[in-house]
Amino acid sequence: MKSPFIAVSKSEFILYLREPSAFFFTLIFPLLLMLLFASIWGNEPFPGEEFGYVDFSVTAFMGMVMVTSFIMSLTTSMAAYREKGILKRFRAAPVTPFSILMGQLAAVFAVTVAGVILLLIAGFAIYDLKFMGNFFEFVFVFHLSAVSIAALGFIPASLAPTARSGEVIANIMYFPMLFLSGAALPHSMLPDFLKDISLLLPLTHAIKLMQGVWLGGHFWDYPVHLAVLIGFVFAGLFVSVRFFRWE
Amino acid sequence: MSENVVTVQNLIKHYKDVKAVDGISFAVKRGEIFGIVGPNGAGKTTTIECIASMRRADSGSVDVLGLDPVKDSIVLKRRIGLQQQESEIQDRLRLWEAMELFSSFYDTVLDWKALLKQLNLWEKKDSFYSALSGGQKKRFFVAMALIGDPEIVFLDEFTSGLDPQSRISIWKLVKELRDQGRTIVLSTHYMDEAEKLCDRVAIIDHGKLTALDSPSNLISMHGGHIRVQFDVGDVFDGESLSRLEGVESVLNDGNVCTLEVSASSTIVEIVKKLDAMGQGLDSFRIEAPTLEDVFLNITGREVRD
Ligand SMILES: Nc1ncnc2c1ncn2[C@@H]1O[C@H](COP(=O)(O)OP(=O)(O)O)[C@@H](O)[C@H]1O
Ligand SMILES: [Mg+2]
Repeated sequence: MKSPFIAVSKSEFILYLREPSAFFFTLIFPLLLMLLFASIWGNEPFPGEEFGYVDFSVTAFMGMVMVTSFIMSLTTSMAAYREKGILKRFRAAPVTPFSILMGQLAAVFAVTVAGVILLLIAGFAIYDLKFMGNFFEFVFVFHLSAVSIAALGFIPASLAPTARSGEVIANIMYFPMLFLSGAALPHSMLPDFLKDISLLLPLTHAIKLMQGVWLGGHFWDYPVHLAVLIGFVFAGLFVSVRFFRWE
Repeated sequence: MSENVVTVQNLIKHYKDVKAVDGISFAVKRGEIFGIVGPNGAGKTTTIECIASMRRADSGSVDVLGLDPVKDSIVLKRRIGLQQQESEIQDRLRLWEAMELFSSFYDTVLDWKALLKQLNLWEKKDSFYSALSGGQKKRFFVAMALIGDPEIVFLDEFTSGLDPQSRISIWKLVKELRDQGRTIVLSTHYMDEAEKLCDRVAIIDHGKLTALDSPSNLISMHGGHIRVQFDVGDVFDGESLSRLEGVESVLNDGNVCTLEVSASSTIVEIVKKLDAMGQGLDSFRIEAPTLEDVFLNITGREVRD
């Protein structure tokens, strides 16, 4: 039997390739931002540390790629499908909201991985990026972070009634996350009350967890980050599948 | 008697303050072409959507192939096909890609290449969906409805906006589908289409079922009189015709004489009489009542808005 999930991811991926404007925000924008900051701070080790700015913040830019794909792309695309009646056509076929969401996710996941690889290539080639952790642990926390942010993105993707409202909701989620969680600005530059607020965002936990493992820590050293991310996975899946709107 | 594949009992569906379907009951037999006709806003689409597991009815019961469209939604959708009055797919998907995509949702599928050929869309298989004309989109969604090898095919306003040639080829297809043993439930506001195509027709108005029977029974029961017309000169005595048995009324407006007759046998008598009067028969025409008249007589309105 053919799998609906694989078929949806395939067609969504093809459609993504045919809409080149989406590439800029996912692939190019985080890369440009990283290169901009790196050109200011360089990657000389911080005093008393073995790592420099780029080693420290590359995971934040990975988080930025994730938010762009899993919240921006997913929400705007699903909301437009809903408004145009494309989801209504899917609804007439024996396919579940879960397959549609997961198919969309798989398609943007491929683009996310491409964006992350671009960051790594630039980091290694230009700034002598150092990876100090365990590779498999990093792959694990990277995927957990991705799935957690995607599950959060599933909520507006499942509910936003029109393309316009989808864009607004995605922006409301995107920009605070970008600035508060350390993706666009170093987290340490935030005043204390904003740091507290930022702990409500999954992206903050994702970035701190990936950063910790990237710089040589173990994932089990970060139980709070793990718990929050896993919590978002369940909450996001529950809300999106339970309240999914076809029209 | 053959088995019922759809049974609807006392179906009610509201949208906010609109009562779209107001207590409809009917059954569809396996292997028939069942038509739902009525003007725009009558509740045809809502009825079909409640049956095809697209909407949950407010109350009443719906049984399709022994399944409950609400509880058994996915299982049911594997066995039926729905062409929606309005729907879309992604603009930048090519037709063959969309066919492959939707084929993946079903356990058994029809060959989409044959479907596209049958619906005259084969040359378009590599085109983007957005490049199709309105009529081509319509035909494409008929193909999509058939892709899962459905036992019941629902076609909602399947010919509205189509050119006459496409309409005729889709009528042919519908008959072929029936001959393959499928059941077809279609909605239309073209009465001539329902009359030609359907084994039985349900007439819906304001969310209520007002009549249900074969087109010929509906016409003989509610169609009214046969009309006979011919052109006349300035001086024509219609009075002598009105004395013939079976002639219900005579209207002579100076150029055209129109008779309403209750039995076809009367027509022979009229022709004889006209011949005896020396009246030429070049312009003689007979208009049998149609479903259009049935609708008019039952609801007091024309079916078109
Ligand atoms: N999604 C909807 N929201 C609100 N009202 C609707 C909706 N769909 C249909 N209606 C209303 O319900 C009534 C029946 O509509 P519909 O079932 O589409 O009739 P038909 O298919 O015979 O034209 C109409 O008055 C229509 O305006
Ligand atoms: Mg309709």
